[in-house]
Amino acid sequence: MHPAPSVILFTTLSGLGFGLLAFLGLGMPDVTGGSALAFYGIGFALAVGGLVASTFHLANPKNAIKAFREWRTSWLSREGVAAVLTLTVAGLCAVGAAFFDTRLAPLGWLSTALALFTVHCTAMIYAQLKTVPRWHQIWTPVHFLTTAIAGGALLAGQVSLAMPLLLLAGGVQWVTWVQGDKRFAAAGTTLETATGLGAIGTPRPFEPPHTGSNYLLREMVHVVGRKHSQKLRLIAVALMSVVPVICLLLPFNHLLAALAVLAHLLGVLVARWLFFAQAEHVVGLYYGGR
Amino acid sequence: MTALPATTTRQLGLVIDLDTCVGCQACVIACKGWNTENYGAPLSDQDPYGTPSGTFLNRVHSYEVQPETGSAQLVHFPKSCLHCEDAPCVTVCPTGASYKRVEDGIVLVNETDCMGCGLCAWACPYGARELDLAAGVMKKCTLCVDRIYNDNLPEEDREPACVRTCPAGARHFGDFADPDSHVSRLTKERDGMDLMPEQGTKPVNKYLPPRPRDQIDVLAPLLNPVAEEPTGFLRWLDKALERL
Repeated sequence: MHPAPSVILFTTLSGLGFGLLAFLGLGMPDVTGGSALAFYGIGFALAVGGLVASTFHLANPKNAIKAFREWRTSWLSREGVAAVLTLTVAGLCAVGAAFFDTRLAPLGWLSTALALFTVHCTAMIYAQLKTVPRWHQIWTPVHFLTTAIAGGALLAGQVSLAMPLLLLAGGVQWVTWVQGDKRFAAAGTTLETATGLGAIGTPRPFEPPHTGSNYLLREMVHVVGRKHSQKLRLIAVALMSVVPVICLLLPFNHLLAALAVLAHLLGVLVARWLFFAQAEHVVGLYYGGR
Repeated sequence: MTALPATTTRQLGLVIDLDTCVGCQACVIACKGWNTENYGAPLSDQDPYGTPSGTFLNRVHSYEVQPETGSAQLVHFPKSCLHCEDAPCVTVCPTGASYKRVEDGIVLVNETDCMGCGLCAWACPYGARELDLAAGVMKKCTLCVDRIYNDNLPEEDREPACVRTCPAGARHFGDFADPDSHVSRLTKERDGMDLMPEQGTKPVNKYLPPRPRDQIDVLAPLLNPVAEEPTGFLRWLDKALERL
């Protein structure tokens, strides 16, 4: 699949933002006044920034407001509804904490649950697609949730929690990759089933339907950078999990904390680039590619 | 509404005969022509005189099939929307632009609702949906919904443009819900098949597999070599030339 910057930024930033809001909802840290404004501000900036980035992906954004309608069947619609609900409830919590010095615990818990559900919806946009076997597995939402929670813990300054969570997120990411590598073969879709010609012999693409490129090839048969995937996987996990944990183990220092967050963010960006670049859509089979 | 109807009154669709298709691309052009000038946004082309790329609702691939024994066979393979019973492109749509009609099972896009997110194209295993880069909305086969019910057209033209134009008679249009229809009988008689059945989409359109070659190749026995070893004068010539 085409690793569009808009969707990479969307999943990375909104995941981190909703992860932070999830911790703030639990009162971790239990902030009030100016520091509440700062923490909630960062959470909102990341979550909203990610959502705004996702709209750059739309070819006809004037209809984006209609995306809240079909939550009964569509994970993308559910994601939009859940995001707006989360931001509303978390916004009330932020106002309470920043200006009235109060934290309504049940409202906070609700915002945590909503934030995590939003991340789950984001993951399900991809995990629901049978056409991309690498994404169509239980590990996709597990990976999105563990990464968001680990990043949230890191941003919320929950050092003792963040360390195991970051390592868990790295481990889950690795398992997601290894399991994902087997999915295309397990799905059983081949040029034989795609054309139905397997019954009479072995089909091979002879001539494509068009001499130039097209939307399908640009969007779904994207093969750039796959040869470096193994190296990029190591770099991604090192940046998103190992470097931040090392930074947190060292004596506390604001510079190290910033480095930990930056490394984590970069690592997740690399991992999300791979998430799209390595994903193979079954339509590629018709073109003799993947 | 992007919920799929439990059943549709009729199941309109196509039968595509892979045995008959000659790969002339006439259906591709007829489709583009009709659907550029009629229902919805035109099918645009980008840089047509440079590195061309454009929107098509129907494309014809060609595959070489190598059987275990014997010579390879060339199969032309037209592909357009299969109007699936369990259409994954419809349920993923967040705006309600994509829908499957209860009355005839045609899968359509309401272009005034489409936001061009492209998720339906990702959800389709067949590559049947293409985002038009000029209009920014998703385009797909409408089964020429503006022809098949069009009383302004002569009756013989009230079928999809691709079917109407096919010079080989490789495309057939009809109602699969009616077991006695032309398309239902063809599917039954010729073992019509689903594409990617493992994807669980339950496509309405069916493909008829190419017939085995030996049944129709009436000339083959006449073209066999009549003598493996030369005799008489030719035998003497063969030996003489070898000795030289």
